[in-house]
Amino acid sequence: MKHNSELVFSDSQSISASLSISVTKQLYHGESEFQEIDVFDSTSFGKFLVLDGEVIFSESDEFIYNEMVVHVPMAVHPNVKKVLIIGGGDGGVAREFTHYPEIEQIDVVEPDEQMIEVCRQFFPTMAMGFEDPRVHVYNQDGLRFVRSRENEYDIIINDATDPFGHAEGLFTKEFYGSCYRTLKEDGIMVYQHGSPFFDEEESTFRSMHRKVVKTFPISRVYNAHVPTCVSGYWTFGFASKKYHPIDDFNPERWDERNIKTWYYTSSLHKASFMLPRYVVDILREEEGRN
Amino acid sequence: MDMEKQKSAPICEALERFKKKRVVPFDVPGHKRGRGNPELTTLLGQQCVGIDVNSMKPLDNLCNPVSVIAEAEELMADAFGAAHAFLMVGGTTSAVQTMVLTVCKAGDKIILPRNVHKSVINAMILCGAVPIYVKPTIHPVIGVALGMEVEALKEAIAENPDAKAVLINNPTYYGICSNLKELTTVAHSAGLKVLCDEAHGTQLYFADGLPMAGMKAGVDMAAISMHKSGGSLTQSSVLLIGPDMDKGHVRQIINLTQTTSASYLLLSSLDLSRRNLSLRGKQSFAKVIEMSEYARNEINSIGDYYAYGRELIDGNSVFDFDVTKLCIFTKPIGLTGIEVYDLLRDEYDIQMEFGDLGTIMAYISIGDRMQDIERLVGALADIKRLYKKEGETLAYVDAVIPKVICSPQESFYAVKESLPIEKTAGRVCGESVMCYPPGIPILSPGEKITDEIIGHILYAKEKGCSLQGTADPEVKELRVLEGIRA
Repeated sequence: MKHNSELVFSDSQSISASLSISVTKQLYHGESEFQEIDVFDSTSFGKFLVLDGEVIFSESDEFIYNEMVVHVPMAVHPNVKKVLIIGGGDGGVAREFTHYPEIEQIDVVEPDEQMIEVCRQFFPTMAMGFEDPRVHVYNQDGLRFVRSRENEYDIIINDATDPFGHAEGLFTKEFYGSCYRTLKEDGIMVYQHGSPFFDEEESTFRSMHRKVVKTFPISRVYNAHVPTCVSGYWTFGFASKKYHPIDDFNPERWDERNIKTWYYTSSLHKASFMLPRYVVDILREEEGRN
Repeated sequence: MDMEKQKSAPICEALERFKKKRVVPFDVPGHKRGRGNPELTTLLGQQCVGIDVNSMKPLDNLCNPVSVIAEAEELMADAFGAAHAFLMVGGTTSAVQTMVLTVCKAGDKIILPRNVHKSVINAMILCGAVPIYVKPTIHPVIGVALGMEVEALKEAIAENPDAKAVLINNPTYYGICSNLKELTTVAHSAGLKVLCDEAHGTQLYFADGLPMAGMKAGVDMAAISMHKSGGSLTQSSVLLIGPDMDKGHVRQIINLTQTTSASYLLLSSLDLSRRNLSLRGKQSFAKVIEMSEYARNEINSIGDYYAYGRELIDGNSVFDFDVTKLCIFTKPIGLTGIEVYDLLRDEYDIQMEFGDLGTIMAYISIGDRMQDIERLVGALADIKRLYKKEGETLAYVDAVIPKVICSPQESFYAVKESLPIEKTAGRVCGESVMCYPPGIPILSPGEKITDEIIGHILYAKEKGCSLQGTADPEVKELRVLEGIRA
């Protein structure tokens, strides 16, 4: 069918560049207590979720970061029983964890109930993560949830992406400090580290690394190509109390599990920690500030 | 309060009408709606510089209001339950000074607690009034000066039957409220005027379940910091008077020191804040109370910190407590308030209202969000984890009451000499010394300096308090009265 008019969703990437997606249909618009929620359909990316005007994920590329935040620490930590996902309102991260039978408990802390409902309705392949009996959802503020806990989790995933929205508290020194305390003595925290390419994002990228380096003894950054993320290039933080992401990486053990993935592989694991020079320089500069 | 009338905002409406007329300005301000200062326009925005205009017939004049400002003042008075309200553009400092200058002339006695704001002391320097300090009770745990006790006021009046007025801080910066109604009755029956420094009390007029407001208790004058909890622009304020005050006389006193070019940005912000408080204040402050109480509970459950509240109420020196105030006693984690205040700013990007030796204060207002409260609580938990000093015994010397030797005015203008602060014990101070914030003087002009007070100042300095009031910016030297040994 030929479209005479074109509806374009534009996601601002920097002050003068944006990612434009031709939209075939707007599926949802609503305003929750925390944010504006939109769901669009498109030919190139399939359905995609927009929060406060920013693309959070699309059906076509969500597998990349959901796999990358889960399988990387899971291939390093030898004994994971209890995990915590902060802000995982779409269920995608929980879904990846359900592939591991030894995990006993998966806690998801997402304050926005409405967003969970929207994801259940429009993104059932991700929200299926919520159906596993090991998954418990808490509709609470993430910062508050970790504040009152100590020595409890093996892995914490901070799935929040926007340091300027309602989840601002999840990008602060107090949050990283609380996560440190909430983790067991060999725990790992993985978090969205943003994209260092555009100037506007770079300062956030820097300040995150600066805060985490001060809090955790091991703090490494790894990267992936995620088309709907700012500049298409995205990074993750690996903050750990004991295990090193490469020295303690066990590829054979992970390969034996035969988990079906589309992005992560045990050979990509090491490669993802090899960063471009300009990113390494930024990270080193921030480490030098301490 | 006439809710229908409260929906209007006469000054703002006049500014809107004025803008539409596109009047050619051959008057001040010289930036002429921002055109003459493009950088300023970029910084503040066209909307803002466009209404930075001078007093003129359609916009009235604050020095002698007859039209839109007069209407705005009437609405303000109605909203606060006062006989009249004055819009102020010189901060609550000017409102407090007007109160003192209205009821006291040179040599008149005024009864007041020692923990008054510096603006009260400065007013006494201006008019020559003599302070009679009421001995306050200091709380044994949190170490702050409490409210004015009725018995203490009766004693002060008995000892000074010629006193002209009493000034009461209500609530104090820390949320402590006195028995305002009873104090007012006692003072009035002895022929004293009652002045209420309500700089931290706007919310008392609009919220449910908070302590009694000044005008309701029958005080004669009240200074209201609209820019603090009321939401107006910094430096704007309101002075309220009761039915027994002479409105014309008060206006004359205001005009002694007030600018003749009052800012319409400030005036319009007062007008809009008043409307907002009248129409929505009740709900807004209910939310403030909820956030504040939530934060108090969460902070207390971290352990060690003490975010105090209504449990302090004892019916006497703490007659009531304003729960919108969130003060946190930090001593049990082995850190002074000022140290925690600095950590919150430098390490966690959180700016507190003040930190003094034992306390930090978070100003919770109609602009706050729950997520920010979570950050504060999270940061305090993290500070305890990382910086707690075990078994630290902090020196604690707050709220020393000095002896008054000479009046503030006499001492301020007396011949003085500068001495190193360590060598000033036994001398009479010729200037003020205070930590800012909160701006409550440790020493005022005319007070006797003791070793204890010197110790307090040096300790505050060592802990990083910002000291003010002295001629020497580094507070190494103090100016004392020449030739007098107390």
